[in-house]
Amino acid sequence: MSTPAKMTPPPSRKPAAPVQKEDAMWLQKEMINANYHGLATAHERGRKICATFVPGNLNELVMCFDMERSLPETNALQNGMRKKSGKFIMDAERDGHSEDVCTYVKSDLGMMLNGEVGPTGESLPKPDLLLLSYTGCFTFMKWFELIRQKYGCETTMLHVPYQGDARVSKNMRDYVVKQLKETVIPALERVSGVKFDIDRLREYMKQSTKAEEDLVHVLQSAKHRPSPIDGYFGAVYYIGPIFTAFRGTPEATQFYSVLRGEIDQRVREGKGPITPEGELTEEKYRLVVEGPPNWTSFRDFWKMFYEEGAVVVASTYAKVGGTYDFGFRHDPDHPLESLAEYCLGCYTNLNFPQRIDMICRYIEEYQADGLLINSIKSCNSFSAGQLLILREVEKRTGKPAAFIESDLVDPRYFSAANIKNRLESYFQMIKQKRTAVLAETAKAVH
Amino acid sequence: MSDTVQSIMKRCEALYEDLHFGAVKEWKAAAPGRKAIGYMPVYIPCEIIHAAGMLPVGILGGGDQLEVIQGDAYYQSYICRIPRSTLEMGLTGRLDCLDGMLFPSICDVIRNLSGMWQVMFKDKYVKYFDVPQNYLDGVGGEFYIHEMQTLREDLGRLAGKPVSDDALRASIAVYNENRRAVREMYAYRAAKPWQAPTSEVYLLMRAGMVLPPEEHTRLVRQYIAATDAAPRPKRDNARVVINGSFCEQPPLSLIKSIEMAGCYVVDDDFMLVLRWLLDDVPETGNPLEELSKAFLHHSASTSSKYDVRKEDKGMFLVNSVKSRGAEGVIFAMPSFCDPALLERPMLQAVLNEHGIPHTAFKYAENTGQMAPIREQAGTFADSIKLWSAV
Repeated sequence: MSTPAKMTPPPSRKPAAPVQKEDAMWLQKEMINANYHGLATAHERGRKICATFVPGNLNELVMCFDMERSLPETNALQNGMRKKSGKFIMDAERDGHSEDVCTYVKSDLGMMLNGEVGPTGESLPKPDLLLLSYTGCFTFMKWFELIRQKYGCETTMLHVPYQGDARVSKNMRDYVVKQLKETVIPALERVSGVKFDIDRLREYMKQSTKAEEDLVHVLQSAKHRPSPIDGYFGAVYYIGPIFTAFRGTPEATQFYSVLRGEIDQRVREGKGPITPEGELTEEKYRLVVEGPPNWTSFRDFWKMFYEEGAVVVASTYAKVGGTYDFGFRHDPDHPLESLAEYCLGCYTNLNFPQRIDMICRYIEEYQADGLLINSIKSCNSFSAGQLLILREVEKRTGKPAAFIESDLVDPRYFSAANIKNRLESYFQMIKQKRTAVLAETAKAVH
Repeated sequence: MSDTVQSIMKRCEALYEDLHFGAVKEWKAAAPGRKAIGYMPVYIPCEIIHAAGMLPVGILGGGDQLEVIQGDAYYQSYICRIPRSTLEMGLTGRLDCLDGMLFPSICDVIRNLSGMWQVMFKDKYVKYFDVPQNYLDGVGGEFYIHEMQTLREDLGRLAGKPVSDDALRASIAVYNENRRAVREMYAYRAAKPWQAPTSEVYLLMRAGMVLPPEEHTRLVRQYIAATDAAPRPKRDNARVVINGSFCEQPPLSLIKSIEMAGCYVVDDDFMLVLRWLLDDVPETGNPLEELSKAFLHHSASTSSKYDVRKEDKGMFLVNSVKSRGAEGVIFAMPSFCDPALLERPMLQAVLNEHGIPHTAFKYAENTGQMAPIREQAGTFADSIKLWSAV
């Protein structure tokens, strides 16, 4: 989860127009790049590196041990956006990894096979600790076991139980807290040589809470008409810092404060979202999207929406690093319990009825025209069963839903023509449905 | 093959082929109020279901005899086959005899299927059953005991009476006996694989998915006695372990093909639920605590389970190869099976370190083309026999 620091435009004879971004988007790009530089120079500076995953990450806790944070999914998607992942994936497959499994994993392993050069061109040193926070995705466990086998570095597991019964029980919360106390924190202390200070954790969490408030404000601004943001493609930029190595830092708090100001200004001016080709001036379709984006053709994919005047007003992907819009905030008064609640509440740790409820709620609250599912080949956690989500959401909301397929970072699974065709048909369907509703309403009035 | 073996196999084959679960219906009909609970791979503490007076029923997909029509409408092409055929069985009423379904923690697909089941079969008891990936008694153990206690209370409500400690202890004893019989079967097959072909042992174990454990135990022992009494020809086959088939099952014809290609299968990971707990569980004391300790400290290793130490990765398989006197490993894994396919390169690396030959292929439960598999398994067996290395 993160943001594109550099976008490669589609082939064209014309000189490419400069990509347009909000100020906050540029700021977050600098933050992400600075984090890569921090990782590249960590060992020279005597700092240890902790690798961990985006959903359910324990950023505030890891910072208590003065460790740099590396997020393998971010590395994979950044490499996807920079068109490097295709080769990495094929290299990993040549090294014995199945064509059937997650391409984030293979992109990461391929990067290791190609000399550990990170997305920004700087070498990424070997992590000192693999913090395996097992939230919402089974593959995470195998991913770090695979990396551990290559690197041989210490690994500590945080098993986060799944919300199979659509709730967080005391037993689940206690289990996570106990693991934090008895296995995770001791491992972080041992590797970093820094003693745990719970008050330091509380201070970071205070920063997190401010940023979380602002992020929710930004994401919910899409309830306005026109929406001042795109809650999927644009949201990728907005969630970047808080879902990765920055939650709990003053930089993140400042980022979200700046972002909130920008978005509020757009609301006041009645403006639509910023796209890479400028402001969207006419909002024709309001969509909810389920599933992660494709990263290898991110901009082409986005273009298929904004060219048609389609704005994503809410997405489930923008909740993989926390469901803040349903009220969760890190709580400095109960830091470890709050970390447990956070891990347990990430989107992919929710069960199917919860996911369906959430999408239906978005469609209603954001006055969306329908649901689009971008089904990702690599991600069974998201994708297995999405066709039932589609049926149920259509049944419950009466709004049309559509289904497209792509992949996270495997360019072989992005068929632009097919996806464009599907989207155009879907937009037609929405238009026809609207016309039919208007006709029904007019008939009822007369 | 003796008449007794033939008759046992005939029965097991009928149970295997019956996707309408006639045996479960018969068991339920034999006494009023009986209930049956389905469970998917890889492990469920069946003792709790049994102690509630219910029949645990292993659901392993539809195999190669079921035409999947409705189930396919819920899944993309890149999802494995077992959830499709399981849904197909549910949607066509084949699982109506089950009063509940348990979906253990094994992978994201089965995990999500638990929620789908909640949406699609609202009148049934449905539970995602989480197991710990932390193996400390005071941490993962405490969590697991609570999870088992919740299941125990749920099933008690469904049964109309609480599940007592005594009932649990009695069920632990029943399953200890079943595990002993299964261990005897596996040890016997490793010692005399020509007497107990895996195509037969497999069917015998599959019977354990639908029969009450007491009856299955008897059947296993009858088979061992019967097959041992009638000598069969011993062939110069390669001794192999099959790994990776712990969830979606290969078609029986695939197992037969491997054997026909010149392999004796001396260990496997089919239906691990029967062999998950490696030792007897104490039949006294707090039953849930004992089940928890057995899970944490004396259970099988498979890819859905975290290995705390790097050094432990693959050692369960290496030990299986060594203790069963195997000469190689066949990785037979379902297409799109994340746990198995992500695990495979790590296991292959460990086997390489130990000089153990291996080969790999993928299958689906309805794979029909056996010629390439027979060819690959045959080449593998030949290479072991001719050169003792691949």
